[in-house]
Amino acid sequence: MSNQIIQGILLGGYYALIACGLSFMFSVMRIINLAHGSLAVFAAYALWLLASRFHISPFLGLLIVLPLMAAIGWALQRFLLERSARGGALLPILTTFGLAIVIDNMLFEQFGADTRSLAPYIGSLSYDSWEWPGSIYVGKLAVIMFATAVVLLGGLQLFLTRTRLGRSIRATSEDPDTAGLVGVDARRANAIAASIAMVTVGLAGAFLGMRATFDPYAGAPQLLFAFEAAVIGGAGSLWGTLIGGIVLALAQTLGAQVHPQGFLIGGHAVFLVVLFVRLSASGLGLRGLLRLPVRKPS
Amino acid sequence: MSAAIIERGTQASRISAIAAVVIIALLATAPQFLSAGAVDRMTALFIYVILAAMWNALAGFGGLVSVGQQVFFGLGAYFAIRLADAGLNPFASLFVSAIIVGAISWPLSLFMLRLRNGEFAIGMWVIAALTHLLVNLDRLVQGETGTSLISLNVYDASTRRAVIYWLALVSMTALLAILFALLRGSTGAAIRAIRDNEDAAASVGVRVTGTKRLLFVLAAFGIGIAGALWLATSITFQPKTYFNVQWTAYMIFMVLVGGIGTFEGAILGALVFFLIETWFGGTGVWYLIGLGATAVLFSLFLPRGLWGTIEERFGLRLLPVGYRVRPPGNAPADDGTAPSLERTTQHQEKA
Repeated sequence: MSNQIIQGILLGGYYALIACGLSFMFSVMRIINLAHGSLAVFAAYALWLLASRFHISPFLGLLIVLPLMAAIGWALQRFLLERSARGGALLPILTTFGLAIVIDNMLFEQFGADTRSLAPYIGSLSYDSWEWPGSIYVGKLAVIMFATAVVLLGGLQLFLTRTRLGRSIRATSEDPDTAGLVGVDARRANAIAASIAMVTVGLAGAFLGMRATFDPYAGAPQLLFAFEAAVIGGAGSLWGTLIGGIVLALAQTLGAQVHPQGFLIGGHAVFLVVLFVRLSASGLGLRGLLRLPVRKPS
Repeated sequence: MSAAIIERGTQASRISAIAAVVIIALLATAPQFLSAGAVDRMTALFIYVILAAMWNALAGFGGLVSVGQQVFFGLGAYFAIRLADAGLNPFASLFVSAIIVGAISWPLSLFMLRLRNGEFAIGMWVIAALTHLLVNLDRLVQGETGTSLISLNVYDASTRRAVIYWLALVSMTALLAILFALLRGSTGAAIRAIRDNEDAAASVGVRVTGTKRLLFVLAAFGIGIAGALWLATSITFQPKTYFNVQWTAYMIFMVLVGGIGTFEGAILGALVFFLIETWFGGTGVWYLIGLGATAVLFSLFLPRGLWGTIEERFGLRLLPVGYRVRPPGNAPADDGTAPSLERTTQHQEKA
């Protein structure tokens, strides 16, 4: 049992990674990007292409894919989100949903229905493990993934609270007009925030490809996992996202013990239970639940 | 000077009301002279109109964009199978199933309607994913293998085809009529008030939650009928097909292209979708890419959709659910120069 708990916690690192970009964009731009999962799968395919066609290791490939993802984030904000956000809160949902359909089917058109994995391109890392006391084996990849999540979340936290750019992003998320009065370029701050979010999506895509297989339509489940992790944990800090990821992963691991289909059911169930408890306790919408430290309670 | 006249119907709308009756009467006789394939396609069109009108009721009038409406589509089909398996007449089970779906949506609404915008949209998706998994656990369904509505086999093919066609036509007409009556009545005024400004509406005594719940349950019921009818036409039930998010993608496409928040727009959008599917459906992946790209382009460049744009340009109201104010004096009766309340509120919405 303790083995499953440890594996679950480490898997939570992946969920925290993929949830991080989603809740970051929500907290800064008030947009839930429905193409989030599809973009992670896109990044995984980009790494797979570099590895299989040009023999570039996925870790080196990140040097190409992460800047590409940042550029995509910038373009996404400038050409799609900025424009559709002007039409009210509902339009960005429709725009990003349409985008997800386009990305998924483009990937299908390009790569077909075969499932792919980055595991063959990372050598023995995909199965190497350390033996911990009590003959528990933990995968090196899972530990790297978890450590990446901790470093990334901590780094983002520091960036938002300690740097000038981070402060201008926070100011924009609070009140773009007032931020503009004191010399913050809201358009620029939002575009940078979208770029940062997409870099985290690229990282999540890399780990998605390394730890498991993916196919062109794998985006939707990733989006749901990200959303669930963000909601379960998002009580008030980026660390909440990590806790949310861990809780989600533990519920799935536990569910899988109960029933073959229990993996996903367990995750969805714990999400709904947390949602139900929060909503009945606070009477607040998710707006409050997903709040990152960048926002003071309003 | 006489006072301004507040009117609902226009010359165009009176003509179109008569035209609607004539069209429905003609459609009712169609199985007598259409080929079997054409009858099936028409049935599909009616189902698309139901889906578009229901999703539009929720999103366009209630401001509730859901990406999980496939849950009601799937459940409509699932309960129809279950009821038929329990011995109920298969045609009767289609409607009893929709009533069950509507009943389930009520407690669900208590919970989901507390979510806002994107959270509601994606929260519904989680509900759909979970329901899909739970339906898979049913022994009758046998997981993704699925099952069939075998009890329909007692009817011969042509009777079955015609009956399903008529049921679809009756369902579509009835649902559109209910929606139209609802939007024209006091509920309609409440719905528009909520759409324009929820907080302001609440402050003047509009029952925001109750009105949204009404739309949520109606949409669930209608989409449940659509799912059950789709099952009747295709016989087989595979959870993966019915709980697929593509159904919601179709609904979004139809409503965005036709014109979100306009009664006529949803019908027009369903017609456009039907024609595109007929011509390009065979191209597979490119067809889906085209649908997604079109949805993005419409939301960016023509968010009011085809009908919304026509309406704005020509002041045309075929099936008016709102009011319009005709200025006093010799202003022409039915052209687009008369300012309408509907348009005024829409401008405020944009501001």
